[in-house]
Amino acid sequence: MTTLIVNGKEHVTDADPATPLLYVLRNEIKLNAGKFGCGLGQCGACTVLVEHTPIFSCLTPISVLEGRRVRTLEGLGTAEHPGPLQAAFVKEQAAQCGYCIPGMVMRAQALLEQNSSPSEAQIREHMSTNLCRCGTQMRILRAIDRAAREMKSADLGAKP
Amino acid sequence: MASGRVLREPLRWVGQLSSGDRVLRRILIAVLAIVVVAGGGFFAWAWHGELPAEPSRDVSTFDPAVVAKGANLVAIGSCAVCHTAKNSPSFAGGYPVETPFGVIYGSNITPDRDTGIGTWSPAAFRRAMREGVDRLGNHLYPAFPYDHFTHATDSDLDAVYAFLMTRNAVQKANREPALAFPFNIRLSAAAWKLLFLHPGPNPPDPSKSAEWNRGAYLAESFGHCGACHTPRNLLAGEQRGKAYDGGFAEGWLAPALNAKSPAAVPWTAEAVTHYLREGWDAEHGHAAGPMAPVIDGTSRANSDDLRALGVYVASLNGATAAEIAAKREAALKFAAARTLPAHGTTAQTTGAAPGLANDGTAIFAGACATCHHAGGELPISRPIDLSLSSTVNEADARDLIQVILRGIHPATNERGRIMPAFDGVLTDRQIVALVNYVRGHFSTQPMWSDPAKTLANIRNGKGS
Repeated sequence: MTTLIVNGKEHVTDADPATPLLYVLRNEIKLNAGKFGCGLGQCGACTVLVEHTPIFSCLTPISVLEGRRVRTLEGLGTAEHPGPLQAAFVKEQAAQCGYCIPGMVMRAQALLEQNSSPSEAQIREHMSTNLCRCGTQMRILRAIDRAAREMKSADLGAKP
Repeated sequence: MASGRVLREPLRWVGQLSSGDRVLRRILIAVLAIVVVAGGGFFAWAWHGELPAEPSRDVSTFDPAVVAKGANLVAIGSCAVCHTAKNSPSFAGGYPVETPFGVIYGSNITPDRDTGIGTWSPAAFRRAMREGVDRLGNHLYPAFPYDHFTHATDSDLDAVYAFLMTRNAVQKANREPALAFPFNIRLSAAAWKLLFLHPGPNPPDPSKSAEWNRGAYLAESFGHCGACHTPRNLLAGEQRGKAYDGGFAEGWLAPALNAKSPAAVPWTAEAVTHYLREGWDAEHGHAAGPMAPVIDGTSRANSDDLRALGVYVASLNGATAAEIAAKREAALKFAAARTLPAHGTTAQTTGAAPGLANDGTAIFAGACATCHHAGGELPISRPIDLSLSSTVNEADARDLIQVILRGIHPATNERGRIMPAFDGVLTDRQIVALVNYVRGHFSTQPMWSDPAKTLANIRNGKGS
């Protein structure tokens, strides 16, 4: 048995210890925000946070997560009460097909937790790990910049 | 004034010695005289004058064929690596070169007349490349590998000059090195040269082919392979008796290229040539760490010269064709026996005991096997069979740990990655467990003695 802590809740699973986290999140816990893209750590659609580090959940076996806090997009807010980054993505209409967006938001969340006012160059560098095939990158960059500004002005610092 | 006092004080002390110490006095005076004469000789030898500034020249007066020849040599020398800062214009300097003595920043070698080398004449450029002295007469630190460039021919140096002078001029001031005393005194570089600079061309070896000799010339001069692949002594001079025994660069090991090479399949001319052009070879591995940007240079070099480099570098291991074939067959057989199926593609499970967060088998199956299983294909390239990887077979765990921490990125400046980084994904204990598993399963070499210590040294910025 492996005990996972996901968005603050404990979840016990009897999946093989080598099972990638993404499969347990989607198939067992029914947290479907993280997506299977390439399965090879190349696209970032499966990005979630472990503590404060963005990880590829498709390449992270559950065995290494015992006792470490996992956060997924669902932990940032709901459709009724979206978190600041989610709200900014909506305001900038940053999704087209939306497949990459949960991974994008989680990677951006990690950035804003380390750096509350990133420059455009810093946002580009940090986000270069995640791919969008629709072409909404410019809107994604704007959404992250907006979230950073709004989080500061509203004093809604991201709470881990 | 100061130097006068320096000389007078010991003389007075010598004068105060009693007559019974006359012999001692003579010896001291003799020693002092030798020190003064030798010191004076050293200063005279180390002193270089300013060379006259070159007038502005229309770039169209450079012969395009000579510029192209220079471009090829600059590619082989990977000059852009140390002379280009991250996200900055090419050749405008600012790249931090980490040395055991402090940080030295690559200089601006664009033809800007204020901050670059726009006022340098061909003679000044040749002097810098051969003697490590700038146009004004300042000694340059040997992070700039003039101990290799000194072997280059006049016509090749003039071609590199023509190439650099026809680049875009970029105004960007050079950054002063941050070095500890006494290395912050530029004259220390002159003392280094006295010990380790062996100027002049290397004689060709008439017993070898023209191609081998061309490769030797390129590798020893512009290619400066030994700068990383030969171990250095405490004063950072290359140990000539240990040429290509393997060295150290920016926190990574540069593997041995001679008979001590960790390669499971000995390098051949074809494999080296392919590696220098593509940044990877199926029977050896991917260029990673400081070697990745080197490939960005060599991938642009002309085919004949890459082939010559391949012939020369492959010859360093001294293996005969029969020996290579035998080792290759054994290595491929071992690799086939150790290859693993992808997790989840068969009824096979890992057999890992649940609840063991630091179990290397489960970590490998979940984090690595997706790409590194039998016959795996990546969109970019076929992943390397780990049993054939030099990194997995090296005498030290350092490079495997570095690859796991940082991943492997494309040799060119493209976005994306070949292998993702696992720093922060895996804890340090988990990385050590994974490293032990990979070594135990995929290598015929003995287990590494203390990968946890190697990992701690990497984190603390220390050598092995």
